[in-house]
Amino acid sequence: MPAKVRVQTIINGEPQEFLCEPRQSLLECLRDVVGLTGTKEGCNDGNCGACTVMLDDRVVTSCLVLGVEAEGCRITTIEGIAMGSELHPLQRSFLENAALQCGICTPGFIVAAKALLDHDPNPSEEQIRLWLANNLCRCTGYDKIIRAVQQAAAQAQEVRA
Amino acid sequence: MKAQEYSVVGTRPIRHDGADKVTGRALYGADFQMAGLLYGHILRSPHAHARIRRIDTTKAEKLPGVKAVLTAADFPQAPDRLVDLGEGDTPLSYARGNVLASGKALYRGHAVAAVAASSAHIAEEAAGLIEVDYEVLSCALTAPEAMREGAPIIHEDLKTKEFGESTGRVSNVAEHFRHVMGDIEAGFAEAEVVVEREFHTATVHQGYIEPHNATALWNTDGRILIWCSTQGSFVVRDVTACLLDVPVSRVRVTPMEIGGGFGGKIPVYLEPVAALLSKKTGHPVKILMSRKDVFEGTGPTPGSYIKVKIGARKDGHITAAQAYLAYEAGAYPGSMVAPGAMCVFAAYDIANVVIDGFDVVVNKPSTAAYRAPGATNAAFATETVVDEIAEKLGIDPLDLRLKNAAKEGTRRADGPKYRRIGCVEVIEAMKKHPHYAAPLGGPNRGRGVAVGFWFNVGLPSSCTISVNADGTVNLVEGSTDIGGTRTSIAMQAAEVLGIPAEDVRPTVVDTDSVGFTAVTGGSRVTFATGWAAYEAAQDVMRQLKERVAKLWETDAASVTADHGVFRSGDKSMTFRELAAKLDQTGGPVVGSGAVNPRGVGGSFSGNIVDVEVDPETGKVTILRFTAVQDAGRAIHPSYVEGQMQGGSAQGIGWALNEEYYMNRDGTMMNSSLLDYRMPTALDLPMIDTVIVEVPNPGHPFGARGVGEANIIPPPGAIANAIHRAVGVRMRRLPMNPPAVMEAIWSQRD
Repeated sequence: MPAKVRVQTIINGEPQEFLCEPRQSLLECLRDVVGLTGTKEGCNDGNCGACTVMLDDRVVTSCLVLGVEAEGCRITTIEGIAMGSELHPLQRSFLENAALQCGICTPGFIVAAKALLDHDPNPSEEQIRLWLANNLCRCTGYDKIIRAVQQAAAQAQEVRA
Repeated sequence: MKAQEYSVVGTRPIRHDGADKVTGRALYGADFQMAGLLYGHILRSPHAHARIRRIDTTKAEKLPGVKAVLTAADFPQAPDRLVDLGEGDTPLSYARGNVLASGKALYRGHAVAAVAASSAHIAEEAAGLIEVDYEVLSCALTAPEAMREGAPIIHEDLKTKEFGESTGRVSNVAEHFRHVMGDIEAGFAEAEVVVEREFHTATVHQGYIEPHNATALWNTDGRILIWCSTQGSFVVRDVTACLLDVPVSRVRVTPMEIGGGFGGKIPVYLEPVAALLSKKTGHPVKILMSRKDVFEGTGPTPGSYIKVKIGARKDGHITAAQAYLAYEAGAYPGSMVAPGAMCVFAAYDIANVVIDGFDVVVNKPSTAAYRAPGATNAAFATETVVDEIAEKLGIDPLDLRLKNAAKEGTRRADGPKYRRIGCVEVIEAMKKHPHYAAPLGGPNRGRGVAVGFWFNVGLPSSCTISVNADGTVNLVEGSTDIGGTRTSIAMQAAEVLGIPAEDVRPTVVDTDSVGFTAVTGGSRVTFATGWAAYEAAQDVMRQLKERVAKLWETDAASVTADHGVFRSGDKSMTFRELAAKLDQTGGPVVGSGAVNPRGVGGSFSGNIVDVEVDPETGKVTILRFTAVQDAGRAIHPSYVEGQMQGGSAQGIGWALNEEYYMNRDGTMMNSSLLDYRMPTALDLPMIDTVIVEVPNPGHPFGARGVGEANIIPPPGAIANAIHRAVGVRMRRLPMNPPAVMEAIWSQRD
């Protein structure tokens, strides 16, 4: 069996050290080693977006990143989106807009949408659709997801205004 | 109760499991962990049709970390009998054969052997070391191919049933049935225009984002404990018990959260294998499918060959309709052609009808239900022929449909006579919608319409409700929640109890903890499990009125309840006040409901769609999409809209892109989510919804199931829109760019 490698990261703001086999993906490490199962596996080849996390300031599908590549990186997963016991505005607007049905793609969508709003607080519908085209949802037809992101963006604008 | 008096039904509360699902805390099957867990891997056939001569597991067993290897020979060989697999009876040998192949592999991806090891990687490596000696056989991949004289025979013992009787003839046609109504020849003789067309539709997958998974522990006391993602925990229990030849009471299935199903998570694939691996190793065993496994080894819904012939008078009155439906069952009989035949002309009131259905086995994965299974294929054919008739007669396509629309009292060719239905109301809502009159605004654009019907099912459901001392209640039910049904069920209980939806805490529990509940399918959960909750809540109210009577020393019959307030004479007491007094009046109050409801109300849906066709590439862009559906009574309108939007998106994918792209050897060439092209956010516009409410007289709140009918119209509506945009008739799914270009070129020739 291959020797395990020690990896030091910061996950959701907390230092986190773990041991992994060189062949294990970051997705496997998060789920099976660290125990953060909020990040989901839908395809394991980068095509569905269910395993989307932030690696430093990049949006990545964690199934296409090796665990050892995360050495020294900051990782944000769905478990790190809420602010303590308070939901993030995006999480609230997903609930208010009924933007999920089965919920398996939801963590990936929320992580990706948060990255979008951090990058561009006032995206157009087209920009939201383009940004989220990496994330597949089979339940909703995307309508309510797009509206949830629009609502979260609008509310953030109001707060700023 | 009258509609205007509802205080919970028709509102939009936040779903009860919402916080868990937006924070990553909700536990799906793959998230389940326990000490000592081993990981399983399934070896699958690389051939579409092959005799298995020998399986040698020696090398795999020697790999360090491997704990057990098993094949079909390890299953108890219980004598064959019919078992209910969730949507009807199937021979036990077929269910067992699909879980692990015995004798022959019948499709590429057919499970052949399984390994348990200390890690998923080792299990996968070990599976690669299993040596299987195959004799490769020629294969038949489509219904017309498998029906041909001299086609490779897939089951040597499958004798064709014709009109309910065995013919004694061995062929790939498992069954041929026929529905007849009226006089078809007279009907066509009366017609002034007759259109007959042929259609082909590709095999498509349900495409849920969560792959199948199962964890099983064969405990030392002989109990088998299972945690999995399924549409029917009781189906998993019953099938596992049958296949392993143990009493059902020895099996407990805990349904974890499920990441989509659409019919594809009704069949049982992994659980009995995981259980046997657990028995061999003494450890719990978890098996996860890869995406490729999901495409090659589960689901899909049938590809089909369809002929539809419709005749009408010049005034638009349809006088006769005939259909020939040949559906691919995949490796084992049971292709969803029966529901296809029920739905092919279901939206119309036609006096003279003949429908022939053929259930044909082919060397593809055993097919499963997919949202209104069988109906989408059939409606694609009917709706394009109806459109062609409207065009020939110069009648507006919605007017033609209205003129022939099914209504209360219409009899379908397969037998049933409709009770109150909403077909006319749906078409009228389409006609009235501003979308129908809006300008198209450019060249190569067209607008199409189509309608669809799904009959919905009832089936058994159970529910209990316990009243807490603070006036909240706990509701326990057995329907896997695939799209917000915890809430639509809780709302129906809340309405009866006169308390807010938030005060009902619904939980989906394991098979030891609730009465039998059939699958989450057939658009039945809000209808039937909702009804069980309604009954349980009525039971609670009956008991509470007795408690009130006891407190006030009066007769229970004199106690009334309205919006959570009990009254008798001039006395009154709230639900909450009474809940605090239960201990003094006799102890806890627990209500139960167990139903097998009749009174199912079918649902009609319709689409208006605008497309733009690129004449250089054949790419079809959806510009605008309106979905209309009869919900009877929308319990939670947001989730009704969600069903309509989701079904529409799946229908659009089916229409434009999705297909099992097979080579001649029966290998699916596009078994990844990159190449099996499901719609992304960028492919779709907003999907406008119109909920029509024609209350179902067979349900306490008038609800009709809304999960399925919405997937039926999109292919027909889009084909009709493409015709109006560029003048070509599409009669093959998917209508992808090459197919559209071919149609445009052949029109130019």
